[in-house]
Amino acid sequence: MPVLVPTSLDQAVSMLSATPDALVLAGGTDAMVEVNAGHRKPHHVLVVNRVAELRSWTFDPEASTVRIGSAVTYAELMEPPIADLVPALAEASRTVGSPQIRHAGTLGGNLGTCSPAGDGLPVLAALDAIVHLASATGERSMPIGEFMVGVKRNARRPDELITAVTVPVVSGYQGYSKVGVRNAMVIALATACIVVDTPGRTVRLAIGSVGTTIIRCTDAEAFAASAVDFDSGTASGDTVTRFGELAAAASRPIDDHRATADYRRHAIGVMAGRLLRRGFANV
Amino acid sequence: MSILSGVRRHDGRLGDSITRPDGTAKVQGSFMFSGDLEAEHCLWGATLRSPHPHARIISIDLSAAWKISGVEAIITAEDVPGQLTYGLISQDQPVFASEVVRYVGEPIAAVAADHPETCRRALQAIVVVYEVLEPLTDPERALDGSHPPIHPDGNLIRHQRIVSGDITATGDVVVEGTYVIGMQDQAFLGLEAALAMPGPGGAGVDLYVATQWLHEDQKQIAACLGLAPEQVRLTLGGVGGAFGAREDISLQVHTCLLALRTGRPVRIQYSREESFLGHVHRHPATIWMRHHATADGHIVKIEARMVFDGGAYASTSSAVLINGVTHTQGPYKCANALVDGYAVRTNNLPCGAMRGFGVVQACFAHEGQMDRLAAACGLDPVEIRLRNAMETGDKLITGQPILNVAPVARCIRETAALPLPDEPVGGHDHDPMRLPGGAGRTADRRHIRRGIGFAVSIKNLMYSEGFDDYATARCRLADGVATLKFATAEVGQGFITIAGQIARSVLGVDDVLLDPIDTDVGSAGSTSASRQTWMSGGAVNAVCMKVRGLMFDSLAAIYGVDASTLSIEGRDIVDATGVFRITVVDATAGLSFDETVEFRHAPTEDLDENGQGNCHTAFAFVAHRAVVDVDPELGLVKVIQVATAQDVGRALNPLSVIGQIEGGIAQGLGLAVMEEIIMSNGRVRNPSFTDYLLPTFLDMPDVVISLIEEPDPIAPLGAKGVGEPPTVSSTPAIVAAIRDAIGKHIDRVPVRPIDIIG
Repeated sequence: MPVLVPTSLDQAVSMLSATPDALVLAGGTDAMVEVNAGHRKPHHVLVVNRVAELRSWTFDPEASTVRIGSAVTYAELMEPPIADLVPALAEASRTVGSPQIRHAGTLGGNLGTCSPAGDGLPVLAALDAIVHLASATGERSMPIGEFMVGVKRNARRPDELITAVTVPVVSGYQGYSKVGVRNAMVIALATACIVVDTPGRTVRLAIGSVGTTIIRCTDAEAFAASAVDFDSGTASGDTVTRFGELAAAASRPIDDHRATADYRRHAIGVMAGRLLRRGFANV
Repeated sequence: MSILSGVRRHDGRLGDSITRPDGTAKVQGSFMFSGDLEAEHCLWGATLRSPHPHARIISIDLSAAWKISGVEAIITAEDVPGQLTYGLISQDQPVFASEVVRYVGEPIAAVAADHPETCRRALQAIVVVYEVLEPLTDPERALDGSHPPIHPDGNLIRHQRIVSGDITATGDVVVEGTYVIGMQDQAFLGLEAALAMPGPGGAGVDLYVATQWLHEDQKQIAACLGLAPEQVRLTLGGVGGAFGAREDISLQVHTCLLALRTGRPVRIQYSREESFLGHVHRHPATIWMRHHATADGHIVKIEARMVFDGGAYASTSSAVLINGVTHTQGPYKCANALVDGYAVRTNNLPCGAMRGFGVVQACFAHEGQMDRLAAACGLDPVEIRLRNAMETGDKLITGQPILNVAPVARCIRETAALPLPDEPVGGHDHDPMRLPGGAGRTADRRHIRRGIGFAVSIKNLMYSEGFDDYATARCRLADGVATLKFATAEVGQGFITIAGQIARSVLGVDDVLLDPIDTDVGSAGSTSASRQTWMSGGAVNAVCMKVRGLMFDSLAAIYGVDASTLSIEGRDIVDATGVFRITVVDATAGLSFDETVEFRHAPTEDLDENGQGNCHTAFAFVAHRAVVDVDPELGLVKVIQVATAQDVGRALNPLSVIGQIEGGIAQGLGLAVMEEIIMSNGRVRNPSFTDYLLPTFLDMPDVVISLIEEPDPIAPLGAKGVGEPPTVSSTPAIVAAIRDAIGKHIDRVPVRPIDIIG
């Protein structure tokens, strides 16, 4: 099984165009589990973690955006200054696996696998991230909501590499919560990410592990935008309760061996309410 | 993590906290586990397993598999030359299924090939045609006769009743509950692995394997291979944990058969998923109990019904059941009882030994009952336990008197007196990681409620019911160096450390060599039932005493001193007057003493039809207090502290004892809040560490320990087994703390979020 190890983006995309069936490997924390378990039998492996262009992030102060290379690790996302620019992503990154996993696993891997339980994805959804793809024939970008197609399915063509995501730097509270039956290193039963855009007078909420892909809770968002007081930074108890109810109503969970659908729905409601409360003081 | 004042570290004598001889290698990664074994020209072996919980095998077609290049052997039930079945107590489990498969994962065939990938392809190429049958997965249906027998031995593995005292007695206060215990996995990290080498000239087979009992394996393997036991030579491979899961045969016979068939070394190593299917588990159980008590909380009578799901094959189910029913009362005085216990056969995964061995299940029920009783009597949970605490001389409901040291009240008092955690919810620095939900940051401090729970247990030590339980040790003393030989499986519990300490203390030597652990010496019995310090320790102690006697006799002959006045003082031999003094090194220069001893504990009896009889050997006691923080809305738990006072008899190596206590509590915590093999219709839903959750460092609480050292006169070194008790009552203590936090009964483990919020 040939292993291709490009060191530049150009080299990577040309290798991928020659072998579009290649398994793209960054940290390998997900892909190698599948290979070792015999669920995947790649004919080629394309290792992207030596491609310098994918390994860094940049802050554009004019556009007030951060562009994060797809091979940036969770451990790197937890460190300032990027942790201060996109705090919810740092919180989500802290919930990923163990220290060893966080030092190997990448945000691009989350996008590539596109599991509804991907810890970073609700943050990208709440931030309306733009996903950047590159191939030998050119580049394209698309909103995260279009990129995520279904359970472990995304809009990436086999000859394309996920190169980066761009997220806005937003002024306001951001928070992330994840329920699992262990205090760390656990697969999500339900996740929620809130992003408050104070100048923009919006509250955004994305939930994970409760549908075929990440869900934006548009009813809850619309309700919060009208019900919270952005100037004083407060929300009533009733607002918090209603926000949680609307979030829970947006979820589409299933029963499985990890949890019941009812519990997942309930957990979304609790987490959403608590996240809103973290962003807005009680009145 | 532990608080223990005055850990002793000296020169490797008894009572010293010396570190393990294999500790550095294990920490640095150079220790050879059985999965690391290699041999020249070695083949790989792999096992074909049933995908169905219950099916008739119509045909097995090996022809396509044989055509794969690199395949050297394919074996099925037809290739088993000896006994077709095996088992620890009754031989009811086929080496390979031939007519019927009875659980998902049951072996049907094995292959040997040049590469693991070739093995995988060969397994895929074997065509088995099944007639799928309805699986029996509900233990109650195994009992009520509504499902036809799934095995010639029937669906009931064992029933045992206990009738004690006046079963018509009643109490002022009556409480009852039904308790459910889920299926826990031993989840050792060192997966099943073995290397078999055909003997030179076709003379038998050598097997290197991670196991708990070399000689029992030898006996069962030889029977299946149709060889004499001495033609099957076993050497212990490096063991990465056991906890009961290596007591039964798994890959041993398959590996040997493949090696004998091919004439080449063969190694098999299970994957994690295969390991979940390939060894026995802790029995899931449903236990109903009704306690009668006086108004002031003294137990009058206990009624109980226990159903243990043994899965497809008997393994040790009958002994697990006996442990369960005979521990119904817990460490409390009780004169009157009526107990019915059943171990049944189903098409679920086979269950057998796991740390605590039936007592874990009974304890979860009796401790739930004690809390119910405390509430009904208006008493504190600690007070109700003190009022009923068993003492030396008290009788179990089997009529057996407790002859051991039984410091139950002291365990309870000292546990209750250990300091509570001084940290507030969320810790002093308001670290969200310290809250339930941990890294998931699901809660804020105001969402959390703290609870405290208490539990106490009694656990039998060694084997029961008339079993001829013995351990063998050999000691050679020459030129000041002692060499010990025993077949005691070192599975991580630390016997190799203790053995050296015993020899140094008894013989006054510094240098103790350990011979390889293999079947070239008599049986040591199993490394289970908290028995090796007592049994193999007793054997090493006895053989060293014997050698010391010979050494003293030789000195008497040489120097004209009276052998009966000699004793060991440090590294010297001295007489009572103190005039004669010689170092052991000098005394043994040019001399050699070599002895072998078999050590036995006092015999035990079978139970009669009313469950009466002195069926157990000895008992150990422990109390646990748990402090937990609970998020009642999300149903998440963080255990903050477990305090424990444990009856250890005598701590031969305090550091090693602490290791057992902390590890046992971690395993008890796992059962309390996360560890469960989830089965639906006979299929395992979570055979991986993604979904079978073990506690991590962040889940492990601070452990505060008080060792109760009252040397037991019955124990050869005063030391009781310490391995199982920490697991037994830590689980109910944690669940009691959760109940205390949320003010509601929870009667099943592991406690799931829905059990808390529901």
